[in-house]
Parts: sequence; structure tokens; C-alpha cells
Amino acid sequence: MKLITAIIREVQLDKVREALIAAEITRITVSCVSGHGRQRIEEMYRGQRIIPDLIPKIKIEIAVNDSFVDITVDTILKSAKTNGIEGHVGDGKIFITPLEECIRIRTGERGSSAI
Amino acid sequence: MKSNFKRILLLLLFLVFTVSGLYASDGNTIDTGATAWMLTSTALVLLMVPGLAMFYGGLVRSKNVLGTIMHSFVAMGIISVLWVVVGYAMSFGSNILGGLFGWNNDYFFLKGIDTNILDAGIPEYVFSMFQGKFAIITPALIAGAFAERVSFKAYCIFIALWSLLVYNPLCHWVWASDGFLFNIGAKGAIDFAGGTVVHISAGVSGLVAALYLGSRRGYPYQVIRPNNLVITMLGAGLLWVGWFGFNAGSSVSSGLSTAQALTATQVAAAAAALTWIIIESIHQGKATALGFASGILAGLVAVTPAAGVVQPYGAMILGIIASLLCYMAIQLKNRLNYDDSLDAFGIHGVGGIAGAIFLVFFIRKSWMEEAASLAGGTWTIWNQLSVQILAVAVAISFAAIMTFLIIFSLDRIIKFKSSESEEMAGLDRSYHGERGYGMLNPS
Repeated sequence: MKLITAIIREVQLDKVREALIAAEITRITVSCVSGHGRQRIEEMYRGQRIIPDLIPKIKIEIAVNDSFVDITVDTILKSAKTNGIEGHVGDGKIFITPLEECIRIRTGERGSSAI
Repeated sequence: MKSNFKRILLLLLFLVFTVSGLYASDGNTIDTGATAWMLTSTALVLLMVPGLAMFYGGLVRSKNVLGTIMHSFVAMGIISVLWVVVGYAMSFGSNILGGLFGWNNDYFFLKGIDTNILDAGIPEYVFSMFQGKFAIITPALIAGAFAERVSFKAYCIFIALWSLLVYNPLCHWVWASDGFLFNIGAKGAIDFAGGTVVHISAGVSGLVAALYLGSRRGYPYQVIRPNNLVITMLGAGLLWVGWFGFNAGSSVSSGLSTAQALTATQVAAAAAALTWIIIESIHQGKATALGFASGILAGLVAVTPAAGVVQPYGAMILGIIASLLCYMAIQLKNRLNYDDSLDAFGIHGVGGIAGAIFLVFFIRKSWMEEAASLAGGTWTIWNQLSVQILAVAVAISFAAIMTFLIIFSLDRIIKFKSSESEEMAGLDRSYHGERGYGMLNPS
């Protein structure tokens, strides 16, 4: 079991979610986060251009069984990238971490069947 | 003796100055009571625009909240300016081009009405500004039909053209003293505060625009959830408050007819809101806040044309009918799957049509007697019904055809609908470079 954490652009959320659903990966958690990367974006308030220190991003967390890791990562890679094959600074990152245990609260099931 | 003489002299001087101050070029006197109420009404109708901004703003996704609010706010800018330049002249000038719209050189930039006082005893500036607020809110209402998916620039051009080519002519026909719908039948088509001019025209135009532009990306399969129903409820509340200016102000006086309109407005809104949550409780099992707000609007819209001629029981029934029909219209929309995003047609179109037609069954006796004497004998509700149906048909067909032509030609020059990437990023970011909320979870 792995925990896949993807940090993506806010604007790509719809695309990524639709692609994941099309790939039959439907159990996801989405949250708003902000952080430092290499990207700089401008916002504008009363004519003053501001570059926020922390850029808003979307974090997607997906717990998967090992056999689903590749398809999940491929789907996110394809759908989160902007500007065709090239991509842009700020498209985000994917982290994969080992998942020790997964427990379904309702039944108490443990392990890969609970995912 | 001497001091008495002085006192009388002073009094005379005072009278001469005040009276000469009150008389204007055309000899009418200012009715301070009516003027005070009309000034208040003008402010109240303006308050409806931010009210509408909040109502619509809360119903869209968080990435579109500012863009949607701006649809209402920018109308305050564009239409106010247009109204002063040509709008008032086109709406309330005398017939030109066979009555297509009006014109009066004095109204161009409002340059010739500096000291005018109307027969109703109010300065013409007040009347002009009061009417200007109606011109602002009408195109802003349309925005609900194509929320979350139009380019800001194209929207600005659209409402300017729509105001010139749809609102001003329609307003002239229905409300100018030589407009053809104002003079049709015995006592004219009844549209007290804008059932045809404002709500039917905006609702129908919205429907045409929504159908032409197509739905939002992902509609109806993707969940499109309101970002903040709290501001929607506040907006509905402001609309209700503002509507007293809208309806009671449309009496252009401060007296009996004002009181009648105010009462009808309150009763219709309350009855419609209750009806809506009762229907909802039976049909869906729960009474929702948005349902209550929708009911308020349906009732207010339906009583708008009728406020001057119906008594409270009639207003109550109109409210109930409006909620029933609007509720059904929205259910039907969900079946037909067209994307009138915030139900501009479902509430304003349907509610306006219901009000303008069903009001004939509740007209107060004195109005019918007056109409009968003007018609030289008899005037039945069926006579008036045919007049109302004609007015509604004119408003629907004119608004539909003109809106289609405007959007069709505008779309050739400047892309009206947002591109897919602009729509995904949201109006706030794509067109305004701002965000409405801080770290709110996506919806």
C-alpha cells in the first residue's frame, strides 16, 4: 500500500479529478494548501502588483494498493501538466510514501481490502 | 406698532423668496413629502444591485465569486453613464421612428432638466435617477443565466447594447405617456413597477443567452455547488428591502397608492416564500434556505406588475401561484438539462409572466370602474386579460429576438463565452486577477 500525495495547480483540479475518475480512481481527498516552489504568480489589488510569498495550490491524497500506483501516477502526470509535453514551472510534484496500515472505521477491516 | 410692521415685512420677504424658490420654469410646486419618498426609493432600488450581487455571488463556485459580483457592480457603472447620456431620452422622450423609442433633446446628458419639476411635484432629476436604477438592475439580472462562463469584456459590451436596444425601447412602450403599450385598451397594459420591462425581458433574454452560449463545463454531471449561501441569504434580504423602493416608489407619489403597493409587496413575498418551503418539504422532505430565498424572489417578481392594482388577498394568491409555477419551471429545467445557471428565467421570466397575467383576476374595483368609464361603457377582466397577454407576448418576442441578434453579432467580433481554460481557472483569476476568499476549500 502506498500513499500518493500530489501537489498541483488550482486550475488543473477539474482536469485531474476527471482523469482520475475516468481511470476509476475515485477515492481521493482534496485540500487547499499553500507553499513555496519555484513558481511566482502575480495578483493585482488596486493596480498594485503583488507576488504572494506562499502560492495557493491543491493537495490531492490517494491511498492505493501497490498495483494501482503506476496508473495513478501516470494519470496525474498527464492531467496536471500544462503547456503540452513541455510543462511549466509550478505544475507541481507527486510524493509516494509507504503506507503502514489502512483501517476502515465502519467495519474495522484492515489492510489492502480496506482501501 | 413699528416692530409689528417690521415683522410683517420680514414675513412677506420670506414668503416671496421661498415661493419663488419653489416655483420652477414650468410652474409646478415641489411636493416635499413625495420628493423625500422618491429620493428614498431611488436609494432603495440602488441597494438591490449589491443585493443581487450577493444573491448571485453566493450561488456560484468560489473561483467565480468576484466575477459574478462584478456582473452586477459593473452594471452600476455602465448603465448609469448610458442612462444619463441617452437612456432617459430614449425611454421617456416623445415618440420617434413611429414610436420605436423616444427622444427629447433636453434629456440628452439630462442637460435641459436642471430646474424641471414634474406634475407629481418631484424634481425631474429624482424621477430620472429613480428610473435609471431600474435600467441598471435589469441587465444585471440576465447575468444569472450565463453565470460562471462569459468573458468580462464581452459582458460589458453586451449589457450596454442590450440596455440601448432592448431596455430603452421596451421601457418607452410601457411607461412613457405616448408609449403604445401604455395607451393600449381602456387604461393601458398594467405594469406597475416592471413585470414586463424588467423581469420578463431579463428572464427571457437570459434564457436565450443561456441556450445560445451552451452550458458550463461539466454541467450537469459535475457537482456545481454554491460557495456561500450565507451571502446569498443576505442578498435576498437586501432585495426584499430594496423592493419597497422598486414597487412603492413606482407610484411616483407619497400617498395612498404608495401604501397599497407597499402592502401588496410585503404580502406577496411572504406568501410566496412560505409556499416554496411547503412545496419543498412535501416534494424533497426538507425546507431549504435557498428555497425560502427563491420563494421571496418569485413572490416579489410576480407582484411587481400588480402592486398598484391588487389588494392584499390578491397579492397573496399571486405569490402562491408564482412559487408554484417557478418551482415547477426549475424542476423542468433540471429535466431538460439546459444551463440557466442561477435560474434567471425560472424565477424572473416565469414569475414575471405569471404576475402580469394572473393579476387581472384581482384588480381592485375602482380601477375597473375607471377603465370602464374610459372605455365608454364596459370593460371586463377578459378585455384586460387580452391586453395583458398582448403586452407579455410583445415583451417576450422583442426581448428574445433582440437578445439573439445582439449575442449572435457580438460573438462574431469578440468571443462571448470563456475558453475552457479560462472557465477552469475561474472568472476571478482569468478576468480580474484577484481571488474572493483566502484558503477556502475548493467547491
